[in-house]
Amino acid sequence: MTALTRKQTASLARLYRELRGLKAQDLLIRSITTLMLAVGAVVILIPLIFMVSTSLKDRNQLRRSPPPLFPVEYVTAEVNGEQEPLYQVTVEGQSRRMALIKNLPGGKGIFVDPANPDQPVELLIAQQKALQYLELHPENYPEALTSVPFDRYLFNTLTVTFVGMAGMLMSCTMVAYGFSRFRAPWLNVLFMVLLSTIMLPSQVRLIPMYVFFQKIGWVDTLWPLIIPQFFANAYDVFFLRQFFLTIPLEMDDAARIDGASPWQVLLYVILPQARPAVVAVGILHFIWAWNDFYEPLIYLHSREKWTVAVGLQTFNALYAVNTHLIMAASTVMVIPCIIIFFFSQQIFMQGVVISGVKG
Amino acid sequence: MIMELWQLWEGEGGHSPRRFWSMSRREAAWAYFFISPWIVGFIIFTIGPMLASLYYSFTKYNIISPPQWTGLANIRDLLRDPLFWKSLQVTVYYAALALPLGLLLGFFLAILLNQKIPGVNVWRTIYYLPSVIAGVAVALLWLRIFNPKIGILNPFLARFGIQGPGWLNDPKWAMPALVIMSLWGVGGGMIIYLAGLQGVPTTLYEAAKVDGASLWQRFWHVTLPMVTPVIFYNLVMGMIGAFQYFTVVYVATGGSGSPARATLFYNLYLYQNAFKYFEMGYASTMAWILFLIVMALTVLVFRSSAVWVYYEGELKGRG
Repeated sequence: MTALTRKQTASLARLYRELRGLKAQDLLIRSITTLMLAVGAVVILIPLIFMVSTSLKDRNQLRRSPPPLFPVEYVTAEVNGEQEPLYQVTVEGQSRRMALIKNLPGGKGIFVDPANPDQPVELLIAQQKALQYLELHPENYPEALTSVPFDRYLFNTLTVTFVGMAGMLMSCTMVAYGFSRFRAPWLNVLFMVLLSTIMLPSQVRLIPMYVFFQKIGWVDTLWPLIIPQFFANAYDVFFLRQFFLTIPLEMDDAARIDGASPWQVLLYVILPQARPAVVAVGILHFIWAWNDFYEPLIYLHSREKWTVAVGLQTFNALYAVNTHLIMAASTVMVIPCIIIFFFSQQIFMQGVVISGVKG
Repeated sequence: MIMELWQLWEGEGGHSPRRFWSMSRREAAWAYFFISPWIVGFIIFTIGPMLASLYYSFTKYNIISPPQWTGLANIRDLLRDPLFWKSLQVTVYYAALALPLGLLLGFFLAILLNQKIPGVNVWRTIYYLPSVIAGVAVALLWLRIFNPKIGILNPFLARFGIQGPGWLNDPKWAMPALVIMSLWGVGGGMIIYLAGLQGVPTTLYEAAKVDGASLWQRFWHVTLPMVTPVIFYNLVMGMIGAFQYFTVVYVATGGSGSPARATLFYNLYLYQNAFKYFEMGYASTMAWILFLIVMALTVLVFRSSAVWVYYEGELKGRG
């Protein structure tokens, strides 16, 4: 707690110093920049807010037009045995709470005081403020997650993601080690071939792979999504190799003089040094595998084999009218990625950047 | 990564680590041993399938019965297939709209986020967020945002007196809707521009300042030339991405490319041929045409890059 406060104080002081040293023009530019960024950030976040809020609405709230951004419900009052919506109205300069009991043509309505329903007032509805309260329906979540075998989808996705990740990490560290620490004829050419496969559209190999997996009876199993991960991929090999190259060769030499085999150098020298890179590659793989749609779609046919992505798409195709349930399931699907992202932003940004630019 | 490839092609790069396992034959054996997972995978999951799909592209093949050699019949049929041309047109239209807009917006945001402003990491996180969750869930969300009945976009436009279109239900507006969706995820490209901007040495700016360059001149003569490699990278990747565009449009249209085939992307039509009609030969032909298009585009961008991409490394005479 104290540490945090001290840190905050320090950053405040820094901010103050910075502000004092600024020229008016800089200050203006920064203010405009911040303002524009804030507007953009709202645009980015509103869809997400809409997703969460829709997932907490019931059918009644969904039907409202235009849809409120938040899951709100009208406050009602009993008037002559009926529930009528309450408004904050202005009558003769006075603000009062009245119930709308009847709509009239021309946007007008008849309002009455619920305590005294015999004195109707005619007012323009658009000028009055409807009283609303936040009404959340978290029960949408269990309903959405049980109306389809979501636990089954989740299990499949986690299997594909983590077994695939293990295979990817094993194969990619090996290959990256081979490409970064040894000299051999044609090795550079092979590395070039590896990099070229990044530009290769996957469609050009997809159909024969499907045929192949079909022939060996693996279509409609999780294997076609998992096994190829054990054979390395260009992106992750490149990322890891770049990192391995930054580890001083002297460390390998020292281990080598002590009689370490190449395997031991990889396991006890390179990998411990490269832990941040391995974690980064693992996290990026998680996000990719979690969201992957095309391959699960073509390989997985029966319901109990689907991953969350395919299950969610089909859920929508069948129950599109249940927007609140679809949004609840979507929120659940998105949350793991958001959590992981927030805890590892630095890794993320660097990971994307290294594989993107630094080459 | 693309830069690396480029330098290898140019023959400038090529890293040769110091050798430390004394006998070079043994060293080579170890090297091949460690890269063997990739070599095996390359043979069975890349080269093998590529050759197979090249063969399929000259056949009629529905998986159940063996492929029948039909020569150039697939290509002939494709060239006469109005849907093939439609899908090409749809894809190019999307790329022509989404790429320049995404490029400009991403670059603009990166410039904003490269300023010294309070909480810059928070902003970066927010802008990058959509890229992390891209997939089915997000497509389902945008489907509802655009929905004229229950969505929030049209009521928002109505506040400004604009009568919103039917978006994904309207053949004319379906594509702009997909482009808007893609712009929401512009943070992915932005972060790469940002890295490029941060790689520009501050000494260059200081030198320009000393020479009396204005803010605009500094941007035009220092920033822009220094980040052209990044723009180039995003351009190549964006074009390849457009030809592989699939998830969002599959989810949004139930795999049909509706309305009126206005969103029948190339990759979607390929998917339909392969996995809906099981025309594996026809779909393989499409895949190879796609491959050739992507290759041609990449070579084109690489070639043209000599004119407009500036690599600082070249100046210093190293790779």
